[in-house]
Amino acid sequence: MSVASDSWDWLTDSANWSGDAGIPHRTLEHLQYTGLTIAIAAVIAIPLGLYIGHTGRFRGLAVASTGALRALPTLGVLTLVSLNTGINLTATLVALVLLAIPPLLAGAYAGLESVDPATVDAARAVGMTHWQVLWRVEVPLAFPLLVGGFRSATLQVIATATIAPQVPGPGGLGVYLLGGLAVGDYPRVVGGAVIVIVLALVVDLLFAVVQRLTTRRRVSTPDRV
Amino acid sequence: MIEYRSVGKTFSGGNAAVADFDLVIPSHTTTVFVGSSGCGKTTLLRMVNRMVEPTSGQVLIDDVDVASRNPVELRRSIGYVMQASGLLPHRSVLDNVGTVLRLQGVSRAETRRRSLELMETVGLDTALADRYPHQLSGGQQQRVGVARALVTDPNILLMDEPFGAVDPIVRDELQAELLRLQRELGKTIVFVTHDIDEAFLLGDQVVILAKGGQRAQVGTPADILAAPANDFVRSFVGLDKGGRELHVEERDGVQVVVDAQGRATGVLKG
Ligand SMILES: Nc1ncnc2c1ncn2[C@@H]1O[C@H](COP(=O)(O)OP(=O)(O)OP(=O)(O)O)[C@@H](O)[C@H]1O
Ligand SMILES: [Mg+2]
Repeated sequence: MSVASDSWDWLTDSANWSGDAGIPHRTLEHLQYTGLTIAIAAVIAIPLGLYIGHTGRFRGLAVASTGALRALPTLGVLTLVSLNTGINLTATLVALVLLAIPPLLAGAYAGLESVDPATVDAARAVGMTHWQVLWRVEVPLAFPLLVGGFRSATLQVIATATIAPQVPGPGGLGVYLLGGLAVGDYPRVVGGAVIVIVLALVVDLLFAVVQRLTTRRRVSTPDRV
Repeated sequence: MIEYRSVGKTFSGGNAAVADFDLVIPSHTTTVFVGSSGCGKTTLLRMVNRMVEPTSGQVLIDDVDVASRNPVELRRSIGYVMQASGLLPHRSVLDNVGTVLRLQGVSRAETRRRSLELMETVGLDTALADRYPHQLSGGQQQRVGVARALVTDPNILLMDEPFGAVDPIVRDELQAELLRLQRELGKTIVFVTHDIDEAFLLGDQVVILAKGGQRAQVGTPADILAAPANDFVRSFVGLDKGGRELHVEERDGVQVVVDAQGRATGVLKG
């Protein structure tokens, strides 16, 4: 009658693996929120980060504001936004996007900064335009760090998206955690947490593979003579 | 013809790197800027392709001020071999050589063909085509740099200490190679070095620079050796240490050339 064995029973109960409230469907929802969050955050953060990294402008501002953003408590933001927008999915997305922006932004500008200035200078000297320098030299060489930004943003969002059901409507794997907590159903809480952890590990592994592959293919060792 | 007209460059917050510099570089010849580190050689060289903008004066190519030209097109029309090879580390040797052709919209197949041809021209084994720059020796990287600079058949070739970082034997090889290429191609070459022997070997016109891009002397190697303009030049070219002052001694009817220390360096041929 331990929580551990009850959680195991919960996880292996085939009733929990089907239907709209089942684990596969909740996992899919969870991934959808995560994907949507990352997509919105990337649209904001990646162009900004590339601009900052390419031009070196507003770097101090970027460092300070990503620091400030990182310090924001996501649950607080969620509550605050819910007060303004009403209780819906938008509030959750805003809170999660704010969470995902700092690592994406940092990955982009730190990635470009990691490129040897001599290589960028050489690219300009042979007659590349700013766009060509950015897309043909800086982004490919910064790719592993860019992916690194996506990796940590995605992991944070997967973990934090469990707060989504804090406002009614959204589902995802958080339903098990928050719903379970509300009624004191601890096997469900633990079972849900295990699913979130496994999901995070699998996604992290996928990113690690992508990073490994891109690092090996696009050799980034400086070519000093 | 490249012409510097009272060109000056002051970097933000620094003293003048170059001040009031005048020079004419004739077409189809090699002009060498030689001087010690920090005297402004790279600054002067990079003014030709607008990688450095002068703060005063003008640089003209065939009587057209480069400041009036689109910098991207200007750079694509000029070959530039950089101080450290400046190759793109994420591109293969072949792609590095063909960079500018691709930028100009030349087809992939044509780029490949001309890049391989250029690799042969500069004495690179085409088996290296698919390697990445970090998989090459320093000398091979410099050859790739030269091939990249020549692939569009530019009229002007800028070379910034291209052989500065390779060992003396490879350097001799590369110098000989460049002389051969220049005999075939007849480019307008502007070459930067701090090595006076390299300057005299490669230069039709040698520009000896003192601090701040001051022209200490301009002339052919023979002119400079025959009539060094001042003590700075005399010491820079090594006339003060006796290494360049040779005289002839007769041994058994053969005219032996001997330096100031009495070491025999060769024989005089009638
Ligand atoms: N981007 C820059 N910003 C500020 N100062 C610069 C810059 N580039 C060059 N300088 C300064 O201008 C002077 C000339 O530099 P330059 O690079 O032209 O010298 P150089 O003759 O090529 O030296 P080396 O043989 O070491 O390459 C130096 O004092 C250098 O510190
Ligand atoms: Mg230099």
